[in-house]
Amino acid sequence: MKDQAEKPRMPTESGVPDPFPYMHPTLKENYGNWDWHDRPRPGVLHHVSKTGAEVWTVRAGTQRQLDVFTVRKLADIGDEFADGHLRFTTRSNIEFMLADQAKVDPLIEKLTAEGFPVGGTGASISMISHTQGWLHCDVPGTDASGVVKGMMDMLHDEFVQEKMPNRMRITTSCCQINCGGQGDIAINVQYTKPPKINHDLVANVCERPTVVARCPVAAIRPAMVDGKPSLEIDEKKCVCCGACYPPCPPMQINSNEGTKIAIWVGGKHSNARSKPTFHKLAVAGLPNNPPHWPEVKDAVGKIVNAYKKDAKHWERVGEWIERIGWNRFFELTDLAFTKHHLDTWTGSRKTMNTSAHVHF
Amino acid sequence: MKDDSNKGQNPTPMLDELEGGKWPSFVTGLKRLRDEGAESNQRIMNDLLGQLNHSYEEKLGFWKGGTLSVLGYGGGIIPRFSEVADKFPESKEFHTLRIMPPAGNHYTTDLLRKFADIWERHGSGLIAFHGQSGDIMFQGCTSEAAQPAFDELNELGFDLGGAGPALRTAMNCVGSARCEQSCFNEIKTHRAIINRFIDEMHRPALPYKFKFKFSGCANDCVNAIHRSDFAVIGTWRDDMKVNQEEVKKHVAKVGRKYTIDTVISMCPTRALSLNDDDTLEVDNASCVRCMHCINVMTKALSPGDDRGASIMIGGKRSLKVGDMMGIMIKPFVKLDTDEDIEELEEFAETVIEFFADNALEHERVGETIDRIGMPAFLEEVGVEADPNMVNHPRTSSYVRTDDFEEEANKWFERKAAEAGMTADAE
Repeated sequence: MKDQAEKPRMPTESGVPDPFPYMHPTLKENYGNWDWHDRPRPGVLHHVSKTGAEVWTVRAGTQRQLDVFTVRKLADIGDEFADGHLRFTTRSNIEFMLADQAKVDPLIEKLTAEGFPVGGTGASISMISHTQGWLHCDVPGTDASGVVKGMMDMLHDEFVQEKMPNRMRITTSCCQINCGGQGDIAINVQYTKPPKINHDLVANVCERPTVVARCPVAAIRPAMVDGKPSLEIDEKKCVCCGACYPPCPPMQINSNEGTKIAIWVGGKHSNARSKPTFHKLAVAGLPNNPPHWPEVKDAVGKIVNAYKKDAKHWERVGEWIERIGWNRFFELTDLAFTKHHLDTWTGSRKTMNTSAHVHF
Repeated sequence: MKDDSNKGQNPTPMLDELEGGKWPSFVTGLKRLRDEGAESNQRIMNDLLGQLNHSYEEKLGFWKGGTLSVLGYGGGIIPRFSEVADKFPESKEFHTLRIMPPAGNHYTTDLLRKFADIWERHGSGLIAFHGQSGDIMFQGCTSEAAQPAFDELNELGFDLGGAGPALRTAMNCVGSARCEQSCFNEIKTHRAIINRFIDEMHRPALPYKFKFKFSGCANDCVNAIHRSDFAVIGTWRDDMKVNQEEVKKHVAKVGRKYTIDTVISMCPTRALSLNDDDTLEVDNASCVRCMHCINVMTKALSPGDDRGASIMIGGKRSLKVGDMMGIMIKPFVKLDTDEDIEELEEFAETVIEFFADNALEHERVGETIDRIGMPAFLEEVGVEADPNMVNHPRTSSYVRTDDFEEEANKWFERKAAEAGMTADAE
């Protein structure tokens, strides 16, 4: 490469890399030929192939944002216990695959000693799926890694054991775009004030028709302000979603007091038993209060505890609420039901109870 | 306290609060890069920590976007320029390279070390495994370092992922590599589809983003239905497999009542019944392949042999019409042979072309379908209406049906053809 320094290097458009050169040999040898699995203990999966081959997977939590020292430490652990292979789950847990059962306990001991909690399997609370937040995003209302760190400190015991009614998936999103996705519990930013417009910058920074088109409720229109071409907002129409902010940063949606946190419940990706669902509003108006977000933790704790105590085995949060009814959900979690829980968006009529079925 | 005594070190009182507790701390990792990292990592991380702590105090973010790419590509890098660079100049450019991981996130320790070495030299030393779109996120390099960092990663066999209005990086579950519930070859299908359309990833020219995700069964471990425009979900169409001896063992172990409560009563279509001898009766025609009973009785129950996938189209997150899930478009496609996968690629191409030609700017394909209606979409992509596409048929009578008989005849002809094909095959 250095010899051709004067000639620019064009990329090799190699696309999605072939994982087989990196895959653990037992997984490679038994690819597509697995027979059954069980979980010998929390944090450990045991898969048996049709040939009788076995593999033990030890799953551990990470901070997702890994410094090179942590990357190398995990690599060292992989060399010592897992034949030099590892993988990551959708929720940023690390998994070491072991062909030798005798290494399971020593690996668990090692990971625990190094501060990586072993768990996240079965009826546990796995790692919170999170976004980038103040660390790297250009539109965030709050941080992601910090919220998750505090929340997982609180929920650590539920990660390392399998004592929930079913798995619980928690997500966080730092704005209402909701990159964190759907969850049994979703902790999302909820803006409460219309954007504040810096009229000096709009004309130069924003493509105004694009911004007008981006508003879901047609609350933005072009306007001349102090002789400058800018935009104005019908604040009565504005739903404070923040959709105008990414294409037009001078429409600042974030503010110290206006950015709040809302908690949503009952989202589910899996098709097991009930069809996949979206999460529904449980509580809004919680303060965005770094570095510990105590009000958010308190509300999440109430929901986790009520679910843990009251749900039947295999019921996810949404299925549990479906059974007990929203009346009882708000009673058990000690949260308020308000007019803001009544949906007003397109299709909202389908979210209303049009039967005589009532929970008392 | 030690922080304050160190000359030039930004104080991080808010972040320091996130170093205790039982969960691994990202702050501890950032600080280690600041204190013990390569010289350039130390400089970047000191100011990055300073800016992050500033965000915690002001409750505001201080990054703005911009434009940055590597030679030959138009996307794949997330540029970040600091708005508080006067206070924190060393992290004024803190860009992220989105790099596609090996399908299914399998790594060797050797590969991880190579990544760490590259990012220690060219970036900040901070890597996320993985972003919500599925990429490895190499976070925190200058505009100047993006090209040499990419060159080295590219030489290792790694390519930039998607960003902006383009085909995005995809994900597949662990699938066939370690899961007996897998119903198709997730890795092969994922790579075939994405690599065929790789040009759409590297040179953003679509109306908006377009995502694929591949889950081996209806447990949907990569959240494909909610989070992708084109979800491929494993399923099977023959009878599920039952090992009655293992069913009996399960019942003996956990009890009859518990089995009824957690398996039989939880079947969403009442397709299961526990016989008096503790064997299981399955009404396969009523089973919807939801996976619940198979999840509970992993040794006794498994998907059938005639495996393949369902295709669901139109999932997305909030912006701007609200969250949407994919709609069932193809209830079953085979994915066993190269020809099967080729057929799926061609269908995917049809859908992407439809999207490119018909979607409005910043509109996801699910929104386009809503705007023009399912019948028009199906006609455009050459798929016939199927009862599996709906929860129930329409309830509104406001529709013009003067060609109903013609359409009904098509249905009967199709059914007759399918029956004929089945008879021939047997």
